[in-house]
Amino acid sequence: MAGKADAPTFGSDIRRRELPKTPTGITGLDEVTGGGLPKGRPTLVCGPAGCGKTLLAMEFLVRGVTLFDEPGVFVSFEESSEDLIANVTSLGFDLAKLEAEGKLVIDHVNVEGAEIDETGDWDLEGLFLRLGVAIDAVGAERVVIDTIETLFGAFTNTAVLRSELRRLFGWLKDRGVTAVITGERGDGTLTRHGIEEYVSDCVIVLDHRVTEQTSTRRLRILKYRGSLHGTNEYPFLIGESGVSVMPITSQALHSRVSTERLSTGVPRLDSMLGDGGYFKGSTVLVNGTAGTGKSTLASKFCDATCGAGARAVYFSFEESQAEIVRNMSSVGIDLQRWVDADLLRFRCFRPSVLGLEAHLFAMQKFIGEFDPAVVVMDPISDLLRIATGDDVAAMLTRQVDFLKAKGVTALFTSLNSVADPARANQQMASHVDTWLLVKTTEGNGEINRLLYVLKSRGTAHSNQIREFLLTNHGIELADVYVGPQGVLTGAARQAQEAQEYADGTARLEDLEQRRVNLDRRRESVEAQTAALWREFEDEADAVGRLLSHGSTGAEDRAGQRAEQGRMRRADTDASEGLGGARDGNGDG
Amino acid sequence: MESANASRLGTPAEDEIWQLRLYVAGQSPKSLRAFSNLTSLCEEHLKGRYEIEVVDLVEHPSLARSDDILAIPTLVRRLPEPLRKIIGDLSNTERVLVGLRLRGESPR
Repeated sequence: MAGKADAPTFGSDIRRRELPKTPTGITGLDEVTGGGLPKGRPTLVCGPAGCGKTLLAMEFLVRGVTLFDEPGVFVSFEESSEDLIANVTSLGFDLAKLEAEGKLVIDHVNVEGAEIDETGDWDLEGLFLRLGVAIDAVGAERVVIDTIETLFGAFTNTAVLRSELRRLFGWLKDRGVTAVITGERGDGTLTRHGIEEYVSDCVIVLDHRVTEQTSTRRLRILKYRGSLHGTNEYPFLIGESGVSVMPITSQALHSRVSTERLSTGVPRLDSMLGDGGYFKGSTVLVNGTAGTGKSTLASKFCDATCGAGARAVYFSFEESQAEIVRNMSSVGIDLQRWVDADLLRFRCFRPSVLGLEAHLFAMQKFIGEFDPAVVVMDPISDLLRIATGDDVAAMLTRQVDFLKAKGVTALFTSLNSVADPARANQQMASHVDTWLLVKTTEGNGEINRLLYVLKSRGTAHSNQIREFLLTNHGIELADVYVGPQGVLTGAARQAQEAQEYADGTARLEDLEQRRVNLDRRRESVEAQTAALWREFEDEADAVGRLLSHGSTGAEDRAGQRAEQGRMRRADTDASEGLGGARDGNGDG
Repeated sequence: MESANASRLGTPAEDEIWQLRLYVAGQSPKSLRAFSNLTSLCEEHLKGRYEIEVVDLVEHPSLARSDDILAIPTLVRRLPEPLRKIIGDLSNTERVLVGLRLRGESPR
């Protein structure tokens, strides 16, 4: 009857009432489990040897005491209390102190090597009583049993043992304690002796995989009865302060954005990117083949950042600090002064020294401590040596999210192999805000560098290709020549420049010549004009003289003609006709 | 260890007193059975030179931890040394005798 009455409310009730949970206090685990482990129920944590089961369980207890004021009991079937205390001291857990304060009980049940002769019917009432005492002693709300399967080695009658374990888990539930039971993974089964059969509310599987000589720890919630949970495999780390689960997908996109710009250190590049450089808090990818000056661009950015009084971190996976400082000084970038001023810090290591997750953790810890404005990772493609592209992309996604949340501007460089360009970058491409591509062109017996802005979110960036010059006073960007022969760079560009200069000079000389010629022409024209004027004036003088002489002559001739007329008895008309003739003479 | 010499190989000296402790949890049938099995066994094999102490863990639960007791009932041979532990209701007399080294180990 009761079952029937409960049934209709089941569906709606579960959704309405969230299952009570006990937060673990372990970084990331509470996010993945949606708030913690099922309260008052046992949880199975299983995995192969050395996967971190014991530590995870121990941290669950320690965090319970320190963060939530929930005392705990640790029942160990494997390690002695002394060993346990010593093992976690390096993580900053002071178990002895917690025990002294009455917040924690560590009970080492010694069964290893014990020859227990079974002479008839028995049960584990001793263990129950023992646990009960421990729980009552501190008022424990959390219990860890690590690793109960050890008992299978001590007792031969497994049928009794199994029924007793079943009873134990039921008893723990009745006590209302949140328990973590650890189990070692068996062949094809979650635990060697199948205790997952008895602990079925929540099962967490840990793994420790080695790919290409690098190990990565992973955590997966296999089962969580009555609760939503992340289903992915999440990488986790055992760092200096305990376990950190890194849920990739639980990182939300809600970081603050800035319109502030940070200078790239190359004025010409600043203007190419629109208005003054990279956005603060953005992610920049500088991508190119070997020797294209990626590190130089990164160093220049650090130089500019430190020059503005901000801090920068340079993670180098290829070169040492001394090498970078020396190499950059040869192109006029003095990084040593920023190192001395403690504005710039280098962290140089080979990626293979640690796993991907450990790198991420170490970098984030360092960034958290130094609080830089700019972070350089040079080059991220080196990480591909220790992990697959997907893993690297996932790690970088988390790094990007982490940096964005802190408002740190990140510059990643990435090496393209000539044969396989943009393979790793494809996965990165969607995460970066600004993508600069540096490539080399070969021609005329030389190799030249070209830089262009492939992508720059939110900026009116240039579409132009620039020649990228590394000079002894830094980076210079030069216009390339685009002509009928294509893009000209390097010597060809210089030749073109020289040619244009020469052409210009020739034109100038020609103009000068023409000017001189014109001057000369003007002089000659002026001289000719002057000569003509002189000629004219001479003639005018002569005519003037002739005119004055001509009037007396005409009078003489008129007198003579009058005399002749009179002698020939001519009329006056004849004298007028002579006057017209006289005019014609004057014209000549 | 000098005191252990006499009891080596399960051949305790005749004059040695056996100190046995039986851990039980309340008056459970298993516990009662174990006690009766033990007393009859001792009467037969160790007459006059044994002491049995019964510890009820329900009354003294903290002793479970200090004496490292898991299973109930547990019989501990405290003397002669070395310490021996056997569990169960002691109904398999043969195994109890072997476990207490009152008889040489039978080939398994």
